[in-house]
Amino acid sequence: MNLPGAGLIQGLAVTARNFVGSYFEKARMTTEQYPEERPKLPENARSFPFLVFDGDDAEAGMRCVACKICEKECPPQCILIVQDRDEAGKALKRPKVFEIDIAVCMSCQICVEVCPFDSIRMDQDYELSSFDRFAPLVLDKAKLLKSNEYYQSIHPTEAAETDARLEADRKKKEAAAAAKAAKAKPAEGAAG
Amino acid sequence: MSSTIDISLGPQHPSTHGVFRMNVTLDGETVTRLQPVFGYLHRNHEKIAESNSWLAAMPYTDRLDYICPLTNNWAYALAVEKLAGIEVAERAEYIRVITAELTRLQNHIAFLGFILGDMGAWGTALMYAFREREKILDLFESLTGARMMCNYMRFGGCRCDLPAGWLEAARQVADGFPAFLDEMEALLTGNEILLARLQGVAPLAADRAINGGMSGPVLRASGVDYDIRKADAYGIYSRFAFRVPRGSVGDCYDRFMIRVLEARESVAILKQAIASIPDGPVVNPKAKQRGLRPPAGEAYGRIEGPKGELGFYLISTGGDRPYRFRIRPPSLINLTLLEELCLGTKIADVMVILGSIDIVLGEVDR
Repeated sequence: MNLPGAGLIQGLAVTARNFVGSYFEKARMTTEQYPEERPKLPENARSFPFLVFDGDDAEAGMRCVACKICEKECPPQCILIVQDRDEAGKALKRPKVFEIDIAVCMSCQICVEVCPFDSIRMDQDYELSSFDRFAPLVLDKAKLLKSNEYYQSIHPTEAAETDARLEADRKKKEAAAAAKAAKAKPAEGAAG
Repeated sequence: MSSTIDISLGPQHPSTHGVFRMNVTLDGETVTRLQPVFGYLHRNHEKIAESNSWLAAMPYTDRLDYICPLTNNWAYALAVEKLAGIEVAERAEYIRVITAELTRLQNHIAFLGFILGDMGAWGTALMYAFREREKILDLFESLTGARMMCNYMRFGGCRCDLPAGWLEAARQVADGFPAFLDEMEALLTGNEILLARLQGVAPLAADRAINGGMSGPVLRASGVDYDIRKADAYGIYSRFAFRVPRGSVGDCYDRFMIRVLEARESVAILKQAIASIPDGPVVNPKAKQRGLRPPAGEAYGRIEGPKGELGFYLISTGGDRPYRFRIRPPSLINLTLLEELCLGTKIADVMVILGSIDIVLGEVDR
């Protein structure tokens, strides 16, 4: 049987150790002085989706081909895609409108997983508050398009994997095209 | 003839016990009637899942019991795997156990903090618990990309492999955890005020707990030896050696201590799983995620969630979306005996009894 109050004193000793430790011990100094101090996000951290483009021109290097798979798979239906068309009305392989309503988006990353063109990826920007409830939270194509270099800088491992895969695909395609051309030539020669 | 007074307790901010309201009738300070009112956080989860693809229901499960997203993911993945007959990759099984036990750890220490808040010691114990929980949430963030809304499990495995150094970091957290539990116990379990507030308050007999459909720590605190990790041995739990702690009288103190003891067992499972995790793919390559169409039929997948038996009952008609999507939420069902537990106690004990059941309103209201 303990002395009455011994448990209380023992508890107070713990709080005293924590109080003093919060000035000296690294393990107990856990508060980050945001915004002066900013957390270093892990590579996998995600906030909202963005669109990747290659090269310098956002419109020309856009990877998105407006296949609308992400729009269909998005659980809260926050993506709007309108396919672009030329003057003749023929569908082009790029979106005319690509909007994500980040007030609706729940950062689940399913759009990233289902995208067959490695076009949509997760951003890490978390300072997105605005003074308006609607317009600033609907991101249009201009706001969504970010360069491959930016993607490399936030998710280096994942981006390197993607680039290696895209490069391998491109080489395979080139090899296939070359093989096809080589096959076609003798036939041409025979005809001539 | 004494007069009674009706008091409305709640709804409170979700950081307490959620938007939950109790209409309490008091005779003096003694509770004579208690009527729970809930539904403030209802989000139509089950119906949304029935109008979305099988994969699209996964991120919504994070939001059930938002303290423990990874066990929710696992329960749903387990049900779909049963329904569609998908095998789970070996490495993914280990990752699931590791993440589930980390989830259990952080749930139980958050519980310790919150129940102290219910007793009036708001802050200190909770902040110590949250300091430790943050280490586990950091692990979740570096693995899944989000601290709480993980959306990590997939049918037949997990979404991505462990990042470099993650296992080592998890091992460090597991190694350091018993020291934190010792500190927490030094702070709390001998404290005379805490003992006076918990011991002998609202005992729940074993047969009553079974009849009431209780599960998880609430059931085991009443002395019933029932843990789905042992009884059902889903996943690979049969490979690990761990004990199932039990209480004796099922009062608030037993429900409090069982969490501390379970956390210690979770550390033991964690250490075994981290030591024996094999290499390999983290997802079954044959498993379809997008456009999954399980054969017509029904399945019930259940796991031992940190709060009790979490089950998903699914019916497929062979289509690309569930025909029926039903959740068995431990929080809601453990809440059904609340009035019985509270009758005859003092009004100040009501919050403690509610806290000792450990509910999350995201799961109660769905």
